[in-house]
Amino acid sequence: MADYKYDHKVINELVEGTLEWYQIKNMMSSHKDAERFKVYREVMQERVSWDDPILLPLGLHLYIVLKENGDRIVKCDCGHEFCDYQENWKVHANIFIRDDEEKMNEIYPVLMAPDPEWQVIREYYCPSCAAQLEVEAVTPWYPVIHDFEPDIDTFYKDWVKLPLPEVKSK
Amino acid sequence: MKTIEEIQNKKVPIGWDGKTLKEMRAEIDRVSKETGYYAGLEELTFKEADPIRFEKIFSKLRGGVVHARETAKKVAASPIVEQEGELCFSLYTPEADSIVTSTGIIIHVGTMGAAIKFMIDKDYEDNPGINDGDIFCNNDNHVGNVHTCDVHTLVPIFWEGELLGWVGGVTHVIDTGASGPGSMPMGPVQRYDDGYQITCRKVGENDELSKDWLLESTRSVRGSKYWTLDEKTRVAGCHMIRDLVLDVIEEEGADNYKQFMREIIEDGRRGFVNQVKTMTIPGTYRAASFIDVPFEGLDLPKFAQQDSIIHTPSEIKIHKDAHLEIDFEGSSRWGWHPFNATPVSITSGIWVMLAQTLVPNDRINDGAYYASSFGIPLGSWFSPDDIRSAHSNTWHGLVAGWTPLWRGLSRGYWGRGFLEEINAGNAHTSNWLQGGGYDHHGELSALNSFESAACGVGASAVKDGISHSAALWNPEGDMGDMEIWEVLEPLIFMGREILPGSGGPGKYRGGNGWQSLRLGWGAKEWTMLVAGSGAMATDCGLMGGYPGAAGYRFSAYNTDLKERIEKRLPLPLGGDTDPDDPGYEKNLKAETINRDRQAVTTQEEFGDYDLMLNYLRGGPGFGDPLDRDPKEVENDLNERFILPRFAESTFGCVYEEKDGEFVVDLKATKEKRKEMRKQRLEKSVPTKEWMKEEKKRILNKDASKQVQLMFAESFALSKKFTDDFKEFWDIGEDWMVYEDDLNVTKLGRHINRFKDNQ
Repeated sequence: MADYKYDHKVINELVEGTLEWYQIKNMMSSHKDAERFKVYREVMQERVSWDDPILLPLGLHLYIVLKENGDRIVKCDCGHEFCDYQENWKVHANIFIRDDEEKMNEIYPVLMAPDPEWQVIREYYCPSCAAQLEVEAVTPWYPVIHDFEPDIDTFYKDWVKLPLPEVKSK
Repeated sequence: MKTIEEIQNKKVPIGWDGKTLKEMRAEIDRVSKETGYYAGLEELTFKEADPIRFEKIFSKLRGGVVHARETAKKVAASPIVEQEGELCFSLYTPEADSIVTSTGIIIHVGTMGAAIKFMIDKDYEDNPGINDGDIFCNNDNHVGNVHTCDVHTLVPIFWEGELLGWVGGVTHVIDTGASGPGSMPMGPVQRYDDGYQITCRKVGENDELSKDWLLESTRSVRGSKYWTLDEKTRVAGCHMIRDLVLDVIEEEGADNYKQFMREIIEDGRRGFVNQVKTMTIPGTYRAASFIDVPFEGLDLPKFAQQDSIIHTPSEIKIHKDAHLEIDFEGSSRWGWHPFNATPVSITSGIWVMLAQTLVPNDRINDGAYYASSFGIPLGSWFSPDDIRSAHSNTWHGLVAGWTPLWRGLSRGYWGRGFLEEINAGNAHTSNWLQGGGYDHHGELSALNSFESAACGVGASAVKDGISHSAALWNPEGDMGDMEIWEVLEPLIFMGREILPGSGGPGKYRGGNGWQSLRLGWGAKEWTMLVAGSGAMATDCGLMGGYPGAAGYRFSAYNTDLKERIEKRLPLPLGGDTDPDDPGYEKNLKAETINRDRQAVTTQEEFGDYDLMLNYLRGGPGFGDPLDRDPKEVENDLNERFILPRFAESTFGCVYEEKDGEFVVDLKATKEKRKEMRKQRLEKSVPTKEWMKEEKKRILNKDASKQVQLMFAESFALSKKFTDDFKEFWDIGEDWMVYEDDLNVTKLGRHINRFKDNQ
């Protein structure tokens, strides 16, 4: 095992949210560890039940993974597959709109909630496991926001200088 | 011996090697652009040859400017400066590039630089002249200031007849003589309402402020003693730093100091690029923010009485070479409200944010500016194409516009595994509780409660946001001491408490906001106003978390509290814990009670025993609330961080309460959450199906007027935003919403791509 600043156990605890505050504070205050992505990606791979190689963790439950045919897709940790990674996964999710006071009042007291005449709350769920993956507080009519389009190839090749993960042969 | 120029009474340029400042400014811009390195420095020869000496100079200067700030602020009497630390000092090159800055409101690294650049551009070197011992003052919004209350003192630093730099100091003054009292009043809708504006004026020579300036300035604002001591604070700090720089030059030599200035900025540029590459992922990050401008029916000119929305879409592009580009294309038009901003204020504020996340070190200088670029649409609310725009409460829009940038960068941190750096966004740092008149000491004064310097922090990916602790614009957030506020303001505290549920729910909660209940007491003549977010949440939450709660107001006029106190009856005390079940009104009668979403108001008379609530907002949450550890929800209940009914409806936690102690039933919670997930799938629809219905609403123009106006403004200013909108909804050429069709004022709506006026 290489001599990493933070090993798999520590990074797994970081993901779990079980590190003590003083440990998090030390992480925040010290120089960033160049190998973090490598360790983190391996930790995230160990945490999911499927074998598709993770190219990039995209959100709390979401990953960009590599399929056998070379496709890069957005996948939920429950196994649900959304779409090509360059598409907006939200358009392939389920949506629930809080657009009246009764629906808003499940989350906030009425006066502390947005006024539906001005703003609605959109919740995006995984169609399989129903995890709430993203929340938008936008006006009516607002296009679904495509949050992030990563340049994966530049990231691996020029930035972290790591080979792209490959599908394991069966 | 005199030179020929002196004999001929010609001015000798004060720049280096016989150049004027204007020539130096143009040369730095040209060389930096051509080479890609600040001042063309491909190699840092000084730093590489003698790194210890280089760092020693930096440390001496950095320590000196921080020390000057800490010492000078004790001169001030204003609680905004003395209690909250709303001041900052920065050291510049002759061309106005910042080389080192103090702690504090470091947004002004950029704004003071803009003021010096303005003086260079306007040939101040010729007239009024720039001489050793001069003191300049600026607070002109349209020069590039944030808002009128940020007053700059600018002092040139000379060495043997050459200008070797500038030092700038800024304080947030308590009043600017605007049409409303306080430093960030509601009421101004044009520049001419914004208060006393000084345009880069020479106010002193030979280190002495001129008498006409002292008389005019103190007669132009409320609270003149605060104004006077704020100015002494700025001058003292600037002179301390000037002395320090002269000591360094004496010790190191002028040539070395010149080389150091150039290299420290290039070093800052390289450091920024390195941080971007170390912590983020190349690609495109998109987000949007919104803030309400509920002006319909307010006591304002008719053309300003209109509900509107400040919309700020943002697209961060991180290029292959780690160049950071932020584009705000599609943003709303500037308007007749005090929430407009300048390009320098929105970009400089981004450095404040980045200093707390991407570059958390003391190398904050203009190097980062040279490593990034911004898309600032002319005619938008942060680049008005009309000098009439008002800016007194510019933060209303700015804190909303910046918060998506935290989230964008956080997506990069998530991808790379730097979970400890993730932040779901910032609170809308309001309410601004303001007032003025003859106070309880009988003096003409004003107040702006800076309790808003301690709002809720956004959640991270590994822990809850901190409650009542921070403001984006001042990394040293502090709510101040009640006892000090009560000495200085004619308002007594009836309570100061966390507002449960004001932080956005999530796997990790946003930090909660809080409330102060203030009772009018002792003022001779006084008016008050509030200014905060109301009808809209200004952020989205991150990766399944909810936004922080929206705002509201509570105030009561002509109350029966005098009688209740005399009869020792119960009083309204503490926080407004659950606004759905108002508690204050149970112990209060009043002629007027305002409890509504009108969270911005113009000034109203405020007397003894009147009440006003100051509600400081919470931060957004991170992750699905159903993923929150039930034991954490139990703790939230017992610490009163959330209202009990939301434990179940939001977090899916089943609990029992006994003698005020809450216990979450883990087994029942597991079942409840399973059921809630099932309900999510039942009540939701595929996004593509919903889009078909939403498209019908768009085609039918089924939305409130303020929502339609928001889109009409963005359409009028941006073809790209329009094209993206139409492409997403698959809407044809013939559909459009025009401002002219919405019965809104035509004043100020200049740039319009649908009209032939560009």
